[in-house]
Amino acid sequence: MLEINNLHVKLEDEDKVILRGVDLKIGPGEVHAIMGPNGSGKSTLSYVLSGRDGYEVTDGSATLEGEELLDMEPEERAAAGLFLAFQYPVEIPGVGNMTFLRTALNSQRKARGEEELSAGDFLKLVREKAKTLKIDADMLKRPVNVGFSGGEKKRNEILQMAILEPRMCILDETDSGLDVDAMKLVSDGVNALRDGKRSFLVITHYQRLLDHIKPDVVHIMAAGRIIKTGGPDLALEVENNGYADLLAEVQ
Amino acid sequence: MALPQAKQDALAARIAGLDLPKGGWLGEARAEALARLTAMGLPGKRDEYWRYTDPTALTAPQASAAVFDDSDEPPVFDAIDRVKLVFTDGIFDAAASDDPALAGVEIERLALAGAANIHWAQGLYGVLEARGQNPVPRPLAALNSAFATDGLLIRVTGRAAKPVSLVYQHKSESSDAILHHVIKLEVDAELTLLENGPAAARFLKVLEVEVSDRARFHHIRAQGRDHERLAATHIFARLGTESLFKSFTLTANGRLTRNDCVLELTGDDAKAHVAGAAMGDRDFHHDDTVFVTHAAERCESRQVFKKVLKNGAVGVFQGKILVKPGAQKTDGYQISQSLLLDDDSQFLAKPELEIYADDVKCSHGSTSGAIDETALYYLRSRGVPLKQAQSLLVLAFLAEAIAEIEDEAIADDIRGRLEGWLHRHES
Repeated sequence: MLEINNLHVKLEDEDKVILRGVDLKIGPGEVHAIMGPNGSGKSTLSYVLSGRDGYEVTDGSATLEGEELLDMEPEERAAAGLFLAFQYPVEIPGVGNMTFLRTALNSQRKARGEEELSAGDFLKLVREKAKTLKIDADMLKRPVNVGFSGGEKKRNEILQMAILEPRMCILDETDSGLDVDAMKLVSDGVNALRDGKRSFLVITHYQRLLDHIKPDVVHIMAAGRIIKTGGPDLALEVENNGYADLLAEVQ
Repeated sequence: MALPQAKQDALAARIAGLDLPKGGWLGEARAEALARLTAMGLPGKRDEYWRYTDPTALTAPQASAAVFDDSDEPPVFDAIDRVKLVFTDGIFDAAASDDPALAGVEIERLALAGAANIHWAQGLYGVLEARGQNPVPRPLAALNSAFATDGLLIRVTGRAAKPVSLVYQHKSESSDAILHHVIKLEVDAELTLLENGPAAARFLKVLEVEVSDRARFHHIRAQGRDHERLAATHIFARLGTESLFKSFTLTANGRLTRNDCVLELTGDDAKAHVAGAAMGDRDFHHDDTVFVTHAAERCESRQVFKKVLKNGAVGVFQGKILVKPGAQKTDGYQISQSLLLDDDSQFLAKPELEIYADDVKCSHGSTSGAIDETALYYLRSRGVPLKQAQSLLVLAFLAEAIAEIEDEAIADDIRGRLEGWLHRHES
């Protein structure tokens, strides 16, 4: 599904190297988690994959089902099936959440040569998906993320994911700012999208999220590289011992 | 104080070819307006309220030619049920207009009604304009009152069942039109006035509105098409107790547009909202100059102006709120914002508050900014193509101004118009 090879990335405006050769391969239906200390490059990886400005790829590649992502515009990556659930979902005053969702879905369908969804069919789809995430009509009517609580914002991200049905989902610290109940709700939303074909990359600081969204593979990232890969137990190890031992091990 | 000779000459040249009809109540009003104009002279670059907008093209003896926009987009408001009254190059065009019969609304042509000795419009024509000359002189409005070639006198005695829609066609490339309308809403009356069309190569317009106690006036206009046209418009309105005045202007295109709006809240608990959304490209120059006087208690005024500018377009906002002594519990709000789509465009804003009462709430804000890159990335990451994402954010930026339109069908019409314009720029 997603294959990253030797990815090197620096900041566009500064001589600061962030990713120093990331290798990662996620198969269809797999759930991978990336953990790592602050500043290790986890969020940068998610931004670079989704096409945010401000980064310069100096080497390496990232392909989605064989297609080179790094040559595509952000909207082309989305249409190709990539989705990033933001750590800090963006507020857009003046744009209604429904308008946003519908524009996004129909843009992607159009880009893929599919027919756009009618207003009626779209409404039905949103209502059904919103219900399971406990998103009420008011949240759908309000401008995108404006005045939403932290939990509401994250639920809104998962709603977008459920509606857009991407093949490859990246969750960037989706657990940050969530209380226990909200984390359960969001995790249930993610798990409902696990269908054996869709793949996930879950970026998190804490093992707790991985109790809800069970990963197949856990990677530890430090200083712009993946330094260790293992099974779910690796996350528990980090939770108990911190990163110090792992960092010492590789040095 | 006599005007300097150069100013006298410039004025003489500007009005040389204009006709000053005599006789009737209107003849007297015109003569008084000419006296005001002669005392003021024409506006110049050094005048305080013309510092950001060069009035030369408006004060020149001849109007420069303006070619027609050849786009085939249907005119705005076409889908709205309305009484349509058409002016072609500044002259009322009866053949192109609807029958002006509308219950509770009397409509007369200025040229015909002006000859009488007594008329209801006597107390308003040039009168509200004259009141609006102080403290800021507005010579082009006085010129208009003196030399207007046509216009309508509209008296509203009830609640008009549908909008009165003034459509200004531009058919001669060198037309130089001067229109003057007077509207009087009697107690409890209500009217929606629509205006659209490029009007003329050069267009001077005055709209005087008396909103009596508890009356409601809604005004929505769309200034667009014929990019080379010039326009200087003035609204002078006086509001009675518990009355409502709402005016919204959409502007796209136009090398020079100056919209003056002078509002006087004279009755307690009146509300006046004036809003504008403008989109400009290249040598577009758009100036909103607003003066709101609070002269009664517990009145509310809102000014909401948004401009989207690119490729060197210029936007100007000069907005003032004057709260007179005794106008307690005034609630005045003013916001002017521009979205600059590139580094070449300019937005010049001069917000002013002058307050002589101690129990009031007044706020003003003015910002200029580029499109929000983070929001743009967020939209694109969800699959929305760049141009479409930009359009969405532009519409979002203008939303607060459009929200000032109460009638949903009309607001949708305006929104649709904006979307159409934006989509054309997307390709």
